[in-house]
Amino acid sequence: MDFETKKHIIECLEKDVRYDGRKKDEYREIEFKIGLIETAEGSAYVKCGNTEVIAGVKISVEKPFPDTPEDGILMVGAELLPLSNPKYESGPPDSVAIEVARVIDRGIRESKSIDTKSLCIVKGEKVWSISVDISPINDDGNLIDIGSMAAVAAILNAKFPKYENDKVDYKAKTDSLLPFNKIPVAATVLKLGNNFIIDPTELEQEAADSRLTVTITEDNKLCAIQKGGDGTLSIEDIDKMMSMAIGKSHEIRKHIKQ
Amino acid sequence: MSILVKDKEVVVPGEALADDLGFIPGYGTYRFNNKLLASRLGLVNIEGKVIKTIPLAGKYLPKRNDVVIGRVIDILISGWRCDINSPYTAVLSSKETPEFIEKNDDLSRYFDLDDYVVAKITNVTSQNLIDLTVRDQGLRKLRGGRIISVNTHKVPRIIGKKGSMVTMIKQATNCRIIVGQNGWIYVDGEPQNENIAVLAINKIASESHLSGLTERIKEFLEKETGVKINLEDKGDYNGLQ
Repeated sequence: MDFETKKHIIECLEKDVRYDGRKKDEYREIEFKIGLIETAEGSAYVKCGNTEVIAGVKISVEKPFPDTPEDGILMVGAELLPLSNPKYESGPPDSVAIEVARVIDRGIRESKSIDTKSLCIVKGEKVWSISVDISPINDDGNLIDIGSMAAVAAILNAKFPKYENDKVDYKAKTDSLLPFNKIPVAATVLKLGNNFIIDPTELEQEAADSRLTVTITEDNKLCAIQKGGDGTLSIEDIDKMMSMAIGKSHEIRKHIKQ
Repeated sequence: MSILVKDKEVVVPGEALADDLGFIPGYGTYRFNNKLLASRLGLVNIEGKVIKTIPLAGKYLPKRNDVVIGRVIDILISGWRCDINSPYTAVLSSKETPEFIEKNDDLSRYFDLDDYVVAKITNVTSQNLIDLTVRDQGLRKLRGGRIISVNTHKVPRIIGKKGSMVTMIKQATNCRIIVGQNGWIYVDGEPQNENIAVLAINKIASESHLSGLTERIKEFLEKETGVKINLEDKGDYNGLQ
C-alpha cells in the first residue's frame, strides 16, 4: 500500500467517512444461503458486500488421536483460491490462509460449542470427525469474520450420514444435527491511525496498522483472540476494540440464527 | 455496396459486416477475402464508408496523445516503468520531466514506487513499447486523493461532450477530478463529496447505454449535494483537470 493512499484513507476516517459511505461500525449487507452443496453434510454461502465465502462440512468416521481417545475430531481449514483475488496463488496454503483457518478453528473449538465427547462411537477406535472447509469465492476483505459466519452456519446445517455395520452411507442422511449449542461469532476490529473500524474492505485492510479478532459466544464469553498487523495496541485500544467487537457480535449472531 | 448489419447492432468476432470492398475497415474490424469481418465483440458503428466496432469491455489499449494515469512499478536506469492498466507497461523517461535531472541523480526523489502520475502517451510502437511524458500542462505526480478504476470504454461518457459530464460532477462536488483514458480516475476533495463523485462516476459507467444520462446524473447530484447545477456553465476543459 502506498503512503499517499493510506494517508488519504486515514484523513477520510478522521472526518468519519469511509470510501463506501458506511459508518465506522457498520457492516456491509449480509446474505446467507444454507445447504447449497448436496454432496456435503452441511454447507453455507455467505455474501457480505463483495466478499463471498462458501463453507462445507464433511463428517466421517476416523480413529481418534491417541491422547484423546474419547473425543471426536474437529478440523477447520481454509484455502484462499486464486479465483477470489489475484493476489493469491495456488499451491500449499501461505501464512494468510493458515491464519484465517486457525483463528476460525480456535474460535469454534474453544467456544466448546461442539461437545466432542458425544462424537465418540467406540472409545479409542472410532469417533466422528468433522472437517469444515472454507473457500472464499470473492475476497474483498474481512475473511476471518465472514469465513467464521459461513463455518458456523454450515455446522448448524450439517446432518449426520447413516452409520451401519461400521460403514458410513453418505447417500442417506439422518435427521440428527451436530451437537452444537452455543454460537461463536468472530468480530474483527481494525486500527487505522487513531480510528477503529469494523468489517474492512480489502483496501482498508491493507492500509490498517493492526487488527484484533475477538470470538465471543452467546453468553458474552470470550473464547479466542488474535492480534495481527505490524502496529502496536495499548490497553485502552484493546478495551475499545473489544467493546466494539462484542457489541457487533450480537448483531451478527441474529443473522446467523435466521 | 451492401452492408450486412445495422448501425449500433451487437456483433461477435468473425461476423460479416459488409461483403464488398467499398467499405473501409476501422477499429475492431478486418478484411477477409471480399468481406469485412468484426474482430471484437461490440457495437457496430457506421460513419460514411468507415465501419468500426465499439468494444463493450476489455483492457485499455494505448493510443498516442491519450492522457493516462499510471502507477510507478519500477525505477529504471534513466526513467520509470509505469502500470497504465493495460496489457503493456509504459516507460516514462527521465528526459521527459519538466525539470532537468542530472545523470546520477536519485530518480525516486521525483517519482517513487507506487506513486501515481498523470502522463501523456507520446508514442506507441508496433511492438507495443509505450513512451510517456509529463512535460505538458497539467501533467504531474498525484498527491492525496483516491484512484478508482472503471471500464475504459466508458471513459468518453464520463468525460462527456467537451468535458460536460465531468465538469458537472466537479461543479456539484467541488472535487478535483482527473479522468485518465485508461479508466483510472483521480478524485480529491472533501471526503463526503468524494463519495458522491465516485457514486456518480460509477452510475455513469453502469447506465451509459440508457438515454437521458446527463439529466439523470444531474438529478442524482442535485439530490445528493443540494447544489443547483447550471448546465450552461461549462467552464474550461482542456482534456485534463
